[in-house]
Amino acid sequence: MDIMHADSDITFNNRIEHFLIRWGYRRGEHRVAPGLYAIGNPGRDSPVFVTANYRLSFDALRAALKGIDGYVLVLDTFGINVWCAAGKGTFGTEELIRRIEATGLAGVVSHKKLILPQLGAPGVRAPEVTKRTGFRIEYGPVRADDLPAYLKTGKATPGMRRVRFPLWDRIVLIPVELVGFALPAIVLAIVAFLGPGWLAALGLVTAVLGGTVLFPALLPYLPTKDYSTKGLLLGILLSLPYAVYQLATGLPGDWKTYASTLMFLLAMPPVTAYLALNFTGATPFPSRTGVRKEIYTYIPVIAGMAALGALMAVVLTAVKILEMI
Amino acid sequence: MMFNSYRQNTLELYPDRCIGCGMCANVCPHAVFTIGDRQPANLLASRRVASLANKEACMECGACQMNCPVAAIRVQSGVGCAAAMIKAALTGGPEVCGEGGCCGSGEGGNTSCCGPAK
Repeated sequence: MDIMHADSDITFNNRIEHFLIRWGYRRGEHRVAPGLYAIGNPGRDSPVFVTANYRLSFDALRAALKGIDGYVLVLDTFGINVWCAAGKGTFGTEELIRRIEATGLAGVVSHKKLILPQLGAPGVRAPEVTKRTGFRIEYGPVRADDLPAYLKTGKATPGMRRVRFPLWDRIVLIPVELVGFALPAIVLAIVAFLGPGWLAALGLVTAVLGGTVLFPALLPYLPTKDYSTKGLLLGILLSLPYAVYQLATGLPGDWKTYASTLMFLLAMPPVTAYLALNFTGATPFPSRTGVRKEIYTYIPVIAGMAALGALMAVVLTAVKILEMI
Repeated sequence: MMFNSYRQNTLELYPDRCIGCGMCANVCPHAVFTIGDRQPANLLASRRVASLANKEACMECGACQMNCPVAAIRVQSGVGCAAAMIKAALTGGPEVCGEGGCCGSGEGGNTSCCGPAK
């Protein structure tokens, strides 16, 4: 089978595609042709790296291999990144074995070692791959950036083995979160505008931005371990200015002043909390057991608050319409 | 601590079977395992043995179970993704990710979002 060629240069066009990917443009279609690639001028002793056929995964690997001669074996993961594909099993034992055989890798290199990204491990049974193909699997570091250091010593330090979720890794996820919830947010904001008024619409937009922009950025700084309670606290914080504004500008003693104050306090936090809970899947920490527990614990609270907040909005809207007539 | 749903998980380690190869410690992204000397020493078992140094940090990705050569680890691996789980609960379907899910749509077939299919 043919060996394709790739280099370590990230071109302007690559960067444009990376940008589009971050905004969720044509999700799942940013694929690299699976197969064997030569980077630099590899020989029979050169290392073999395995990755997914997702544009961002492939580019991160080849950029990290600048100045290194080697082969890259790209598995067909349907355009999904290494970790998620490993979870699905598409970055997995069967596909790896199939790809080793289809590319005739054993005839290309003289050694029997494959370097896999550590985060591919949830999909791959290393002992089985060795048994069936003769290739030994070495799990490299979590991040491709650490590969040069790893190749020098042949060992990943504990730091290279740990998944971290620093600010920049969280920030790059914001656009896709925003795009994902833009449509329901706009529809609900229009409903809120036609209902209680423009301030309610603004409150809703604030709560959505809280869950999609502020939440990812502030994740480690928000108190409590649970995502839902982190989101609730953030939502309450965001609703306070609206509540105070209602109390300060409404007629004192008028029930409508208190109803609209309550509307903001009850409706905004569950929106942010729900978006926060949704963000669990984009982060590298929560277990399924824990997320399930969170859903059972907090979905009733979130739904209850949202229902009461919506009730306030309906009552205030009804009164507004009656007053107009 | 209150408001922590992550204190328990399904990770189990069987030290009797462990051969101390260290593969679990290699693949774990959250440093859940440490490899140390077996206490008390047992002539019939390996000198080195894995132990759970930080079980609470486990995210049930399943990497350790998949790569343990002697099946000394068990964990119910799966998706730690509320979006997929809520959708599955509402539709009665499997936990899969689609558009807007945590890892995008794919043609992975009947498998779950960020965890191996059951």
